Amino acid sequence: MAHPSVAVLEYQLVGYRRFWRGTVFSSFVMPVLFFLGMGLAVGEYVDRGGGLDLPYQQFIGAGLVAFTGVQIAMIESSFPVLGNFKWQRIYYGMAATPLRVGDMIAGQLGYIGFRIAVAAAAFLLVMIPFGAVTSAWAGLAPLVAVLVGLAVAAPMFAFSATIESANLQAVMFRFALLPMVLFSGVFFPVGQLPELLRPLAYALPLWHGVELCRAAVLGIGTAWPVPVHLGYLGLWVGVGFVLAMARFRRRLAT
Amino acid sequence: MDGGEALIRARGLVKRFGEFTAVDGIDVEVRKGEAFGFLGPNGAGKSSTMRMIGCVSAPTGGELAILGMDPLRQGPAIRARLGVCPQEDNLDIELTARENLTTYARYFGIPRATARRRADQLLEFVQLADRAGSKVDQLSGGMRRRLTIARSLVNEPDIVLLDEPTTGLDPQARHLVWERLFRLKRQGTTLVLTTHYMDEAEQLCDRLVVMDGGRIAAEGSPRELIEQHATREVVELRFGVTALEPFADKLAGIGERLELLPDRILLYADDGDAAAAEVYARNLSPSGVLVRRASLEDVFLHLTGRTLVETG
Ligand SMILES: Nc1ncnc2c1ncn2[C@@H]1O[C@H](COP(=O)(O)OP(=O)(O)OP(=O)(O)O)[C@@H](O)[C@H]1O
Ligand SMILES: [Mg+2]
Repeated sequence: MAHPSVAVLEYQLVGYRRFWRGTVFSSFVMPVLFFLGMGLAVGEYVDRGGGLDLPYQQFIGAGLVAFTGVQIAMIESSFPVLGNFKWQRIYYGMAATPLRVGDMIAGQLGYIGFRIAVAAAAFLLVMIPFGAVTSAWAGLAPLVAVLVGLAVAAPMFAFSATIESANLQAVMFRFALLPMVLFSGVFFPVGQLPELLRPLAYALPLWHGVELCRAAVLGIGTAWPVPVHLGYLGLWVGVGFVLAMARFRRRLAT
Repeated sequence: MDGGEALIRARGLVKRFGEFTAVDGIDVEVRKGEAFGFLGPNGAGKSSTMRMIGCVSAPTGGELAILGMDPLRQGPAIRARLGVCPQEDNLDIELTARENLTTYARYFGIPRATARRRADQLLEFVQLADRAGSKVDQLSGGMRRRLTIARSLVNEPDIVLLDEPTTGLDPQARHLVWERLFRLKRQGTTLVLTTHYMDEAEQLCDRLVVMDGGRIAAEGSPRELIEQHATREVVELRFGVTALEPFADKLAGIGERLELLPDRILLYADDGDAAAAEVYARNLSPSGVLVRRASLEDVFLHLTGRTLVETG
């Protein structure tokens, strides 16, 4: 018999079959707009200055693959999780079955991973005609996007299971997601950051995903050894998962 | 019913939320094949008890064994054999009625083909077959309730826990649900339900407990409870005025006892007609007189001093 979390993944996919059209904009069009807008307009300006040792369109495209993962992860692990506790009470229904909280979380994270993989792969295809994909390793980039996405989603599950109102999630989008996206080397190298802000980039998950995606898509080296980047993201996933389990348990007991 | 195997056994069961005690040391035993009810007003602790039995809320104290297992250590194994219809529906309103059943069945490890077959049977069972493809947000409250009941049966459970199964249903739908639950019972399924409705308890329950303030006020079959805590008949008197106390004094001595409600006076007597005749003999000329058999409502009133369903 399949693992119980697969049943949760299946449930999520049944819903997805119904409303996938509505998700195309948020998960795919956004990075494409950044890629075209920033890549072409800002790109010409940056490339003239010669500040980067590769074309800006390539630089930003690879970074946006990781961004795609984080963006979908944030959306899918905030409101939907809160709603499953507060309004639809889906988790309470699941809790009455043999499912354990770990199964609920793993199943839903699996669904988010699937969503990210699809969006990141689609985005990669858009990048190819622009010459922004230069290595066969690019095939691994969607997996990196999944990893960095889950590194964000797992702790967000814990957060969303703790709060009572969506307002706090809006705060999270503004004061955690936005700075992370700006300071994690998606749009400009972390080296450009003031010395003081750099540790922030290293501490948050996205920069590690950006480094790995760039390495895969462009066939270049990473800032730190690949296992360190991977391990650090894995740590976020693991710690986030354990926290989420504890938060889910507590919330479901009320 | 005696001698049946106990599927649910609680001893001194306690549930506290912080300082507040919602369930205050109750003893309950539910035997295989019986229909057992928790009757009580809002806040009595019925749902808190049901959630402990459903292994989704840990007891704060006392002992609890379900199907001979320990809810704390064997929760998933117990839940695999329970069907739960919670007080608040938690269906996925974005999915169809049928999808709600098939996806839920998968949580029990039921193969897809079986899940589809059972979903169709259950939709038929609760008379929602024609709405199988409707999204739940297009269903009425009563239809959702029936769907939730259907969902609780998707794993062919040994015990079904129904927390106010018929609240919000129209009379016809209630009778349908009663009839279906009765069929389940005949097939050997053990039913545990909570309700505010005396008629529901009398119709469905072999045994029940009256809960109030987290405690069990009385226990027995509906018949036994009525015999122990009420007279055979009741006379309901209305006088068309709001101040009823003066009448209560003048009625003293008629029947066995009397209960003063905001809108009427209840006289408890084994012979209701004789008691009513005595009222007229005292020249009290009530504006309304109704002689009826005593019900669980009267039991509840006697035990707690309050009516079960607010009539005001
Ligand atoms: N999660 C909770 N936290 C705090 N108090 C709670 C919680 N759940 C229930 N209570 C309290 O416990 C008491 C019993 O609640 P419960 O839901 O068990 O009553 P009930 O008999 O099911 O009532 P109703 O007929 O209204 O459904 C109530 O006073 C309620 O406020
Ligand atoms: Mg209740």
